Amino acid sequence: MAQWIEACGKDDIDEEDVMRFDHGGKTYAIYRSPDDKFYATDGLCTHEKIHLADGLVMDNIIECPKHNGRFDYRTGEAKGAPVCINLKTYPVKVDGGKVLIDVG
Amino acid sequence: MTELTYPRDYSLTGRDSRYAEEHHLVSAQWYQAPIPRKRMKELMQRSNGPAIRDTIIWFAAFAITGGLAAWFWPSLWSIPFFLAYGVLYGSSSDSRWHECSHGTAFKTPWMNDVIYHLACFMIMREPTVWRWSHTRHHTDTLVVGRDPEIAVMRPTVVLKVISMFFAIPQVWGAIKSLLLHAAGRVTEAEATFIPESERAKVYMTARIWLVIHLAVIAYAVSIGSILPMLLVGPLPTMYGAWVHVLTGLTQHAGMPEDVLDHRLNCRTVYMNPVLRFIYWNMNYHVEHHMFPMVPYHQLPKLHEEMKPYCPAPYPSTWAAYAEIIPAVIRQIREPGWFVQRQLPAVAPAKAAE
Repeated sequence: MAQWIEACGKDDIDEEDVMRFDHGGKTYAIYRSPDDKFYATDGLCTHEKIHLADGLVMDNIIECPKHNGRFDYRTGEAKGAPVCINLKTYPVKVDGGKVLIDVG
Repeated sequence: MTELTYPRDYSLTGRDSRYAEEHHLVSAQWYQAPIPRKRMKELMQRSNGPAIRDTIIWFAAFAITGGLAAWFWPSLWSIPFFLAYGVLYGSSSDSRWHECSHGTAFKTPWMNDVIYHLACFMIMREPTVWRWSHTRHHTDTLVVGRDPEIAVMRPTVVLKVISMFFAIPQVWGAIKSLLLHAAGRVTEAEATFIPESERAKVYMTARIWLVIHLAVIAYAVSIGSILPMLLVGPLPTMYGAWVHVLTGLTQHAGMPEDVLDHRLNCRTVYMNPVLRFIYWNMNYHVEHHMFPMVPYHQLPKLHEEMKPYCPAPYPSTWAAYAEIIPAVIRQIREPGWFVQRQLPAVAPAKAAE
């Protein structure tokens, strides 16, 4: 069942960047792509639980700050060593200048 | 609870591995200098330009030194060209595989991959094995029983350290490793850091490399000259290793083990431009370990940002060795002793913009 939560304001994230959002004991990463779309994934790298929000967004890729593991944040797909497990993604919508994610 | 005893057990499956687990040293939270996110984003940006420039120079230097060495062979005039070629082959390859393994040297991934595989072959470090071992090195830097890349273990074995300058233990280890992997097996230690899913790549690469090495030997035998083996294979890895060992030992030798702060277990050393080209700025080693996403060409700028939070850098390679040599000699008899760095008394609350 959908459970939409307000994560941040639309302008809280620069284009081609990421920010951390904590809710209900979990941490998420919210992305704004170069073409001004928003995405959300689990906030921790599947390799060693490092916060992805400290990493680098390059086009549609988020790179983990610790070991440079890369994911496509639109799909969560792991793009090669040292990350082997895909990231969980969450539906996102923008409503009235707010970014909402479905954590349900 | 496992006790801390000397000599330490550096194996990845032994007593000190349990010690590290029990004392929360595994995948732990490490100190990070509070550089503003905006500045970090600028510093992390990738670019192909510097690495393409450096790689063109690198290939040209190979062609010139290798070409002249072969031209003058077998006269004594070939020796200086072999010495230069060897440093390119056996030493500059160290920084190239390293930076490309992080994926930071070039912006374009395939460029990182090509140079990574080429440099790995030169320095005889199997690409999949070292990618994973280096990942562990960054997770658990100098944590005994966890870090597979501790170069100078304690108590110091002086003969081993000296032989490293000629890559004797490295190449001997690489040959044994290639044979094992070509047979479709990994060691117990490797099994702790190479996932099952990656092992087929390890076995395949080892077989391909062995074929290349054997082909070079066969060619040398067929033409009745050792020249091909002086240009490709274990020999240039060995006679050219000394510079990468000289620079590499400044990273951690003599520093404390089992501390969760890269400012305490890494050195940043100012080096001359020639060494920095060979070493691709890895002399900024505190910076590299704290922020491994920053490309080598941005490390001098990161160094400026981090200065307020870090111990004073070593002013020269000589200055670093003035500390390293007495330290590793002392660690022959006192394996528990280590170099203590002085952290800034009061770190600024915010990095300079």
